[in-house]
Amino acid sequence: MAEFTFLIPLLPLTGFLILFLTMGNLPKRLVAIVGVGSVGISALLVLFTAVEYLESRQAITATFYTWMNVGGFTPHVAFYIDGLTLTMMSVVTGVGLLIHVYSSLFMLDDDDYSRFFAYMNLFVAAMLLLVLADNLLLLFVGWEGVGLCSYLLVGFWHEDPANGAAARKAFIVTRVGDTAMALGLFLLFMHLGTLDIGPMTAAAIATWPDGSPTLTIACLLLLGGAVGKSAQLPLQTWLPDAMAGPTPVSALIHAATMVTAGVYLIARTHDLFLMSPIALHAVAIVGAVTLLMAAFTALTQRDIKRILAYSTISQIGYMFMALGVGAWASGIFHLMTHAFFKALLFLGAGAVVYSLHHEHDIFKMGGLRKRLPVAFWSFIIGSAALAALPLTSGFTSKDAILLAAYESDWYGPVFWGAGLLGALLTSIYSFRLVFIVFFGEVKTEPTEPAGWIMAGPLLALCLLAVTGGLIVIPVAEVFPTVTGTHHNQTIAIITPLVPIVGVFIAYLIYLRHSLDVSSLTNSSLGKVLTKFWFSHWAMDWLYDHLVVRPYERLAELNQKDIVDWIYNFIADVTWFLHDFSTQSQTGQMRTYAGVMLLGLVLMTGIALGVSIQ
Amino acid sequence: MTEAVVIPMEHGLLLAGILFLIGLLGVLVRRNIILILMSLEIMLNACGLAFIVAGAHWGIADGQIMFMLILSIAAAEVSVGLGLLLQAHRRFGSLDIDQASRMKG
Repeated sequence: MAEFTFLIPLLPLTGFLILFLTMGNLPKRLVAIVGVGSVGISALLVLFTAVEYLESRQAITATFYTWMNVGGFTPHVAFYIDGLTLTMMSVVTGVGLLIHVYSSLFMLDDDDYSRFFAYMNLFVAAMLLLVLADNLLLLFVGWEGVGLCSYLLVGFWHEDPANGAAARKAFIVTRVGDTAMALGLFLLFMHLGTLDIGPMTAAAIATWPDGSPTLTIACLLLLGGAVGKSAQLPLQTWLPDAMAGPTPVSALIHAATMVTAGVYLIARTHDLFLMSPIALHAVAIVGAVTLLMAAFTALTQRDIKRILAYSTISQIGYMFMALGVGAWASGIFHLMTHAFFKALLFLGAGAVVYSLHHEHDIFKMGGLRKRLPVAFWSFIIGSAALAALPLTSGFTSKDAILLAAYESDWYGPVFWGAGLLGALLTSIYSFRLVFIVFFGEVKTEPTEPAGWIMAGPLLALCLLAVTGGLIVIPVAEVFPTVTGTHHNQTIAIITPLVPIVGVFIAYLIYLRHSLDVSSLTNSSLGKVLTKFWFSHWAMDWLYDHLVVRPYERLAELNQKDIVDWIYNFIADVTWFLHDFSTQSQTGQMRTYAGVMLLGLVLMTGIALGVSIQ
Repeated sequence: MTEAVVIPMEHGLLLAGILFLIGLLGVLVRRNIILILMSLEIMLNACGLAFIVAGAHWGIADGQIMFMLILSIAAAEVSVGLGLLLQAHRRFGSLDIDQASRMKG
């Protein structure tokens, strides 16, 4: 089986090539078959690989090709399959397939149907390459491919300049992180001489003592890359804007798979992070701060997709926190359950938006419970899982993270508290969304709900969002076991209660209207806070004033291109010399002969003078 | 048997030098291409003469061999030169070398 694993990313890539090279000349039905089919077969292959792996429990390395061989640097095109890879592959192809099926109807009226599926397939191929790669260089190829597809898909409706701006923002902001990651790779290669994950880890353990500064810098640089791709503090500003893309894109890229690449990277290099406590603590802090910031922001948003976007940032914050406190398996588990319920929520939002003529403002929606039952139940189940209500998949994973955070030696209760506050806010904002959109009076009359091709994936994801918690992901062999599983009884009881309280608060405020928050939000402090949170802690404003404006000012100053002066000066000198030396080109043969004679006499004279001396 | 008259090498070389200068002067001051070619011939022959004189002085045949070489080169040069001359006449309608100055920078 190992020798066929190359087909897993190759099939979606082939799908991309077919759709790309035919340039939209295929009929839509055929486009859907190619686009969905390639991912479908890929998912089947992943299933076979998974079955085989679960029998043997042996990590497989399959080398296909030596990429290059330069001075002892021999990266191979090789795939490494263990429990972690398998979990990621299953999420990417499984959830990816459902989203592809959904898109085949959602995007049907779009003129660029073929281009859409081409990009989606390329995205799945890049993501699979990322998770399968045996060395960090190949992983980086997938990493950049994912970034490229994100750009292409966010700016999919490129006729609107705002979408183009959002796409550029996504691309440039993640590029900052990617640069950090590339530097980290250079540093690792310089000191360890290899980027193959297994040998590299062994070399790192042999070379560096625990907490070595070089290793810490390398880990922090890798974290920089992860932070960019996973939309964590301080590079999270691109994700909400990235909602400019079509809704299935948001589901696939900005919720279920791509943003988890950073989590995967840290999990994959967990041995390095384990040796550097500072870097590990940084991961935990980034996660905790981000999850709280994004949760507060989500409370104030009006756009249905932006609420979900901030909830994604917040949930990935949980994953980072889990990795940071050493609960590796719980982090990856939350990654998987999050992929289920976030894809469900986004596709549900897509169904709502589809039936409401692309209306995004939740305050213009209402009473959709009876009109769009499939979307309603999707949202109920998705929000319950997002809020980590008991009996859902989200509960299983988030509960594990919070308990592990409490057990952590390094400020464990602080992280637990942050996570708990985040959980409370999560349940409030997710049920605020549900109560406003689906209950109350009808504000915008929906058209008829979308067809079964869209409802099917929603139902499948509903099932996964509920039962996903029962899946046992095979990562026990990959990560070191967490010691100390004796949970504090009080903590174990409080943790699951908090989300229920949150739902109750949301119920009182937004459904019963018995708890009036308008006096709170209309007070001067409340207004400022609301505005502050609405702008996501003024991050965009900060970057605008810190980076964008100064850059524009510099560009303005440099309108005459100061750097070019140097080159223009060189060119001017050359021109002058040229004009000067063309004087000698008279075109007169006799002048040339005369000058030659003169030169000959001179040289002979010099030669004679030298020889006489 | 009359005694052979030995011409001193200096005289021969001086003659060659004078001939060479005459040729050179011709190349520099003449404007007619035919006359320039003729001057070139004089210069070549001056060189040939210098070789012969030197060869005779040292009593070896190399000088004469070099002259044969110069002779053949001169023949080739003349044929090429005459070809160019014909072309020049056709293009510029004159044999004035100063007319052919289109390569002026």
